[in-house]
Amino acid sequence: MEYLINLAILFSIYSMLALSLNMVIGMSGLVSLAQAAFYGIGAYATAIGMTSLGLGFFTTILLGIVINVAIAFVVGKILARFQYDYYAIVSAGLSVIVFSILLNWKKVTNGALGIYGIGKPVVAGYAFYSNSAFLGLALLFTAAIFALYVWIDRSSFGRVLKALREDERLTHVMGYKTKYYKSVIFVLSAALSGIAGAFFASYIAFIDPTTFQLKEGIFLFTIIIVGGLSSAVGSIVGALILISLPEVLRFVGLPYEIAAQLQQIIYGALLVLMMIFKPQGFFGKFRM
Amino acid sequence: MKLTDFIKKKTPKSDSSAKVLPYGENIITCTHLNKQFMGIKAIDDLSLQIPQAKTTGLIGPNGSGKTTLMNILTGLIKPDSGKITVRDKHRTRIKSNELRTYRIARTFQDGRVIEQLSVEDNLLLPVAKNTLWGGFTEIKTDDYQSRLEKVLDITSLKDHRHKRAEELSYGLRKLLEIGRLLMQDADIYFFDEPFTGLFPEMVEQVCDIISGLQKQGKTIVIIEHNMGLIKRLSDYIIVLDHGTLLAEGEPDAVLKNKKVREAYLGV
Repeated sequence: MEYLINLAILFSIYSMLALSLNMVIGMSGLVSLAQAAFYGIGAYATAIGMTSLGLGFFTTILLGIVINVAIAFVVGKILARFQYDYYAIVSAGLSVIVFSILLNWKKVTNGALGIYGIGKPVVAGYAFYSNSAFLGLALLFTAAIFALYVWIDRSSFGRVLKALREDERLTHVMGYKTKYYKSVIFVLSAALSGIAGAFFASYIAFIDPTTFQLKEGIFLFTIIIVGGLSSAVGSIVGALILISLPEVLRFVGLPYEIAAQLQQIIYGALLVLMMIFKPQGFFGKFRM
Repeated sequence: MKLTDFIKKKTPKSDSSAKVLPYGENIITCTHLNKQFMGIKAIDDLSLQIPQAKTTGLIGPNGSGKTTLMNILTGLIKPDSGKITVRDKHRTRIKSNELRTYRIARTFQDGRVIEQLSVEDNLLLPVAKNTLWGGFTEIKTDDYQSRLEKVLDITSLKDHRHKRAEELSYGLRKLLEIGRLLMQDADIYFFDEPFTGLFPEMVEQVCDIISGLQKQGKTIVIIEHNMGLIKRLSDYIIVLDHGTLLAEGEPDAVLKNKKVREAYLGV
């Protein structure tokens, strides 16, 4: 049971990340590979906030959001000038920069050694030590982000994002300052990724920079490609498939030495196959 | 005949209930407009006026600068120099995202729609609140519902309302684009070759839509190569050639003009 709860918590965290990434890639057509960076910043804000500054979990979530919003605001302004593959390249650059900072700013991040002893959330004296309680809290946040996604998707704001992903010029002619829309959704997505990072740090209790490399951004990209672009349900399904896949492979009984490498190959193959045969994913409403 | 004389003389096509706009006689005036593309003059020191509450046919051979002019007047292209006056606003350029404030709407030559959005969403796109917070909090679009139903009716898209635009035939896409234009409560409507590739039935449907706008006293500018349709719909014709004004005036007079016949009609 504990094993399943562990999986469910990871599924919940990756669902938050997938939903926030789908707002940028699926809903707005902005191929961002920077999500791992904001995920990492959120995780480090909680790790540093709880271990060094003595802050509570929820305060560190806010701290992560504030830092992510500030960075995403500046970077988003630059990124708003780009589209498609250029957007991907520049955003990947951000991911590499943040990883380098996390690795080398040892005084603050403890470098490659990472930060351990990260605490659990506490609400009105109740600490979420048990995994099931932690899962409940994580699912609550996932549900809130899911609801926010659905709200935006149905709003006029969402319609503009879905229009600009195909024809930014036309959307501009319809009276919308598209650059602002692109910046706003990027900032919002960064803030939400920070929340996922906070949950990850608190749950695992130890983080190091390797979790937040560019390949994590590509993994998140795979989740939404498989589940479905521009779909809240697709984000959840994608997270479910990609989080369960290694566990399924484990039960298949692959030799331990090749299991990890094979997993990467399967992720890559899955991405290529989906792009060829079902470019909008299982539940997607948009194909690139 | 001068444009001002023409406006005074010509009986408007609009009916008695037509909305009379409190503006001058020319709703748009271009003065010494210039635009070059890689050294080639697309618009060459062009000065002209678009009469308000009239339908102006904008004609000329391919490459004469018709679409470039329309793109300049709708903010898609920035002119190199010159002045544009829309009503009483004098500008060196029009910004495309400000068309709403100028109450200008347009269609495109290639029938531009958002392919992966539903017909309804395509129609609602230009009328939703265009502030970030306004758009974020706007979930129901009841305000536009009656207009939406009317437009779906006029464009025969009612049965396709939930389909994605990419599922529509070319003709229906053109109608969808015109529907999107009708959703906007504009005063000035630009049509860039609205009849290209349409079946005769659809041509009639688009003619009816344009006639409907004429009856409401809207200013309309149409780029079209079909002279029969231009003659039928236009109150006034502007002929461009090599980015300059070749002729302007009433359809009959312009189409009989020797220079026009040589340059454009080839007779």
